[in-house]
Amino acid sequence: MKFDTPATTNPIDQLKVVGKPTNRIEGPLKTTGTAPYAYEHQDFAATQAYGYVVGSAIAKGKIASMNLDEAKAAPGVLAIVTAANAGKLGKGDFNNATLLGGPGIEHYHQAVALVVAGSFEQARAAASLVRVEYTRDKGAYDLSATVGTAGKAPVLYGNQPDTAVGDFASAFAAAPVQLDARYSTPDHAHAMMEPHASIASWEGDKLTVWTSNQMIAWSAGDVAKTLGLPKENVRLLSPYVGGGFGGKLYVRADAILAALGAKATKRPVKVALQRPLMMNNTPHRPATIQRIRLGATPDGKLTAIGHESWSGDLNAAKPEGAVAQTRLLYAGANRMTAMRIAALDLAEGNDMRAPGEAPGMMALEVAMDEMAEKLGLDPVQFRILNDTQVDPEAPSRPFTQRQLNKCLQMGAEKFGWSKRGKPASTRDGKWLVGMGVAAAFRNNLNANSAARVRLSSAGIVTVETDMTDIGTGSYTIIAQTAAEMMGVPLDNVVVKLGDSSFPVSSGSGGQWGANSSTAGVYAACVKLREAAAQKLGLNPADAVFADGKVKVGRRSFALGDAAKDGELVAEDRIEFGKLAEEKQQSTFGAHFVEVGVDSATGEVRIRRMLAVCAAGRILNPKAARSQVIGGMTMGAGAALMEELAVDKRFGFFVNHDLAGYEVPVHADIPYQEVIFLDETDPNTSPMKAKGVGELGICGVAAAVANAVYNATGARVRSYPITLDKFIDKLPEMT
Amino acid sequence: MKSFTYERVDTPAAATAAFARTKGSRYIAGGTNLLDLMKLEIETPAHLIDISRLALDRIEPTSGGGLRIGAMVRNTDLASDERIRRDYGLVSRALVAGASGQLRNKATMGGNILQRTRCPYFYDTNQPCNKRQPGSGCAAIGGFNRILAVIGASDACIATQPSDVGVALRALDASVETVNVTGKTRVIPYADFYRAPGETPHIETALVPGELITAVTLPRPVGGTHVYHKVRDRASYAFALISVGLVVQRDGTGRVALGGVAYKPWRVEAAEADLPRGAKAVTAKLLAGAKTTHENAYKLPLVERTLAGVLAQAKG
Ligand SMILES: Cc1cc2nc3c(=O)[nH]c(=O)nc-3n(C[C@H](O)[C@H](O)[C@H](O)COP(=O)(O)OP(=O)(O)OC[C@H]3O[C@@H](n4cnc5c(N)ncnc54)[C@H](O)[C@@H]3O)c2cc1C
Ligand code: SF4
Repeated sequence: MKFDTPATTNPIDQLKVVGKPTNRIEGPLKTTGTAPYAYEHQDFAATQAYGYVVGSAIAKGKIASMNLDEAKAAPGVLAIVTAANAGKLGKGDFNNATLLGGPGIEHYHQAVALVVAGSFEQARAAASLVRVEYTRDKGAYDLSATVGTAGKAPVLYGNQPDTAVGDFASAFAAAPVQLDARYSTPDHAHAMMEPHASIASWEGDKLTVWTSNQMIAWSAGDVAKTLGLPKENVRLLSPYVGGGFGGKLYVRADAILAALGAKATKRPVKVALQRPLMMNNTPHRPATIQRIRLGATPDGKLTAIGHESWSGDLNAAKPEGAVAQTRLLYAGANRMTAMRIAALDLAEGNDMRAPGEAPGMMALEVAMDEMAEKLGLDPVQFRILNDTQVDPEAPSRPFTQRQLNKCLQMGAEKFGWSKRGKPASTRDGKWLVGMGVAAAFRNNLNANSAARVRLSSAGIVTVETDMTDIGTGSYTIIAQTAAEMMGVPLDNVVVKLGDSSFPVSSGSGGQWGANSSTAGVYAACVKLREAAAQKLGLNPADAVFADGKVKVGRRSFALGDAAKDGELVAEDRIEFGKLAEEKQQSTFGAHFVEVGVDSATGEVRIRRMLAVCAAGRILNPKAARSQVIGGMTMGAGAALMEELAVDKRFGFFVNHDLAGYEVPVHADIPYQEVIFLDETDPNTSPMKAKGVGELGICGVAAAVANAVYNATGARVRSYPITLDKFIDKLPEMT
Repeated sequence: MKSFTYERVDTPAAATAAFARTKGSRYIAGGTNLLDLMKLEIETPAHLIDISRLALDRIEPTSGGGLRIGAMVRNTDLASDERIRRDYGLVSRALVAGASGQLRNKATMGGNILQRTRCPYFYDTNQPCNKRQPGSGCAAIGGFNRILAVIGASDACIATQPSDVGVALRALDASVETVNVTGKTRVIPYADFYRAPGETPHIETALVPGELITAVTLPRPVGGTHVYHKVRDRASYAFALISVGLVVQRDGTGRVALGGVAYKPWRVEAAEADLPRGAKAVTAKLLAGAKTTHENAYKLPLVERTLAGVLAQAKG
């Protein structure tokens, strides 16, 4: 099904099932421990062997020698895979560093060996007996040292490294009110609960991998490419994913090494990356240094908007697109953005929840707060004043929908924004209290997505698509979609996901999954409705699917009757046309945060958070709320504690476990509220929905930062905002 | 993890005898620290002696009017004991500021004060670390050391001792009771329990090999208001950047000990005379001779401010 004109009325608009706050259909499996995650899959339990990964002890250089004798002689060891014996390996389209290092070493904890043994404990014990001698090369690990010398970034998702509209330099120079500030965001870890894990098994030259991955088709392709197999020989299964946040978009070492280990031992092999390896072995969100210049008239109209961002990556491959939102968020005639990238020899940087916008908004929305203060304007009003209903770089392109102002206004009212005092003026006992606001913004992306639907004589509808559910609720919204389309209760829908033998979906990433994958299911269901109606001798255009029945006038059949002579199967794909080029599709919101700062110690504790979101039709308010509060929690972490600490001498992230890399715990997040505006956007798909999973994180950290400023009067421009950065600016203790 | 043998013992005598019998022995109590370190091969005992079921799980009055806390008393049980909460509030508050409910259910009195540093380089066996591998160097000096020591450290090691309850024990003049492999018992003042790193940061306590902690004793209650403030980046489940344990009397006199600044809970009795004069005066003496790095210099003003804060809180 082509989607190239805005949607009109369709069966989804009935909203009998879609749009209802529905519990996760796979929830009971997860809460009872019966949903098999990659490492827990039992098909091969009787024969499987265990792999343990050895990570490089240096960041850059070469393996001078490797002695495997002791490890090979250790109890239970079946095989040791290294680059020297693995045969020629390709590199996946989505990989930057190779997944098995040697002799060249590209980053710390790059896998250099997999020890396979009969038990996990044996493999782990033997792994420490692999003796590796390295020759170190000098590497570059310090992003701040590269500012000034870094080169232009490559084009990123269609974004040019340099953009310019009007004459920024002159307009900024002439602006009566100016802001020129630098911000920095650190490297972040995805830190998902489930580590990267795979079980691989060969049958002849056919490979099956149970893994934990967000993008099945991409990754099946990259496994095939890396191992030199035809794609059809690779089957990837990832029915349950214990969190990804972008860290599982691409194939990682666990999958490739499990496959190589299984080949070497002729047994199924399972591999999970050990937690202390994950931070340096797998990608992270790259640190940024950002410079923002804003010029405004005294009455608060922006006339010049400039945003530059520096980031680093292995081989200078991929920038963090922190300027992306600045091209679209506020009006202003003269604008420029620039992305620069340096080659760093840390592990590769890559996508993490709202890549680009998350760190970009951390800077931009603090700059807006600073500018509002310079102008003597309320930061809510300042944003409203600079709203735009069209793409500011191409005014003939309107936004399909943009209710940012309403989000801000409603949020301000619900949150009690009018009670916000001047900086460092509000106290509650020992606590300095402050409020902060930031806009939320993330583009809506769509990706072609296919599904197959089956109808049984019992009236059961089964959906098959390689879509993944990374804890987001895909199972549930897909079931809701099929139930709505086929007129059956939710219980009569079975959803099967995450199998590369199923039709290729959008996968989970870039907050495109919910709208795209359900639209694919919609398309397949339209075909199934036609087939069912025809089978029952009804005119498909007149047939009404409701209450488990198909009716035209007084003629009524049980839906299952259409499959009396055998299962009906339909498959289709939603293919997105050029609508997104004609009009800009984005999601909007406003974050409000209240913090208390201990006047003695500077400890920042969040007291309340509110998000108001405008993101098209909300397919399942319960799941969407979970997504947004998860994003808010992650944003709170980015604001206050998350930082991969770089050792600039040895070139690695030092705090590489969950004790050292702190993410928020319950005590950090006392109260959260989420409001969704009632929207439908016919431009996005027949579902009229957009993404929310990444909108929730965008802007949160800035709202926290602005609240800390309002509480203390101390502006911290380098994240995370830890007490050591402003303790000298706190009021004297008497 | 290296393979090891395992036995469970029923009496302290059996424990020390087992230790004497098997080379490479190690006691295991709650296992919450030791097992993590074994998985990373930072600790590589050949033999584990499980002491978790020794009958050292009682809290009893001492003849001197104090309390004897058996070495196997779980952190949760200790924190919730009525006598501890009433008379030694600092102990209870410090305990619940640490770890998590699940960990405190397993963690024991003896194991807690023997938990090892949280220096991140200590945990990474690729990195030089004099504490883990004597003579290999110290990666933390000149590296990421924001959480590490500002006083009492050496050029060989700037690690901190991370126990929260240790701060309370130090402020309250606790002692450690032990028995060694020859059956000899002794009492070590907690003030003398930890050894300064000097050139030998791998030797952390006054215990000799095989010496078993049987109890920690607290002298008679000192009264006063007990406040424990643990400063950390996240609100729970994090080790202290610094912590302050304070006992203050109505007349303004009192005692104070610090966590997160040194290889041991840090207390300077001579500084306490200045408590009535306020945090600045006390901190100046308490942290005299401090040596900070670029990353952890914030700890000095932080100690002073936190102490000022808890003094204000204690006044109510
Ligand atoms: C995630 C996490 C967070 C934590 N957070 C905190 C925190 O915030 N604050 C805090 O204070 N602590 C914290 N801890 C540490 C925790 O308190 C200790 O792990 C625990 O107290 C150790 O007690 P255990 O009985 O489990 O000791 P074990 O792990 O069993 O033993 C530790 C050491 O003591 C030795 N040992 C034990 N008992 C005896 C004895 N009777 N005689 C001689 N030697 C003995 C063992 O041989 C071993 O070397 C945390 C731990 C974890 C894992
Ligand atoms: S500070 Fe001590 S524990 Fe840390 S690396 Fe240096 S020697 Fe090792």
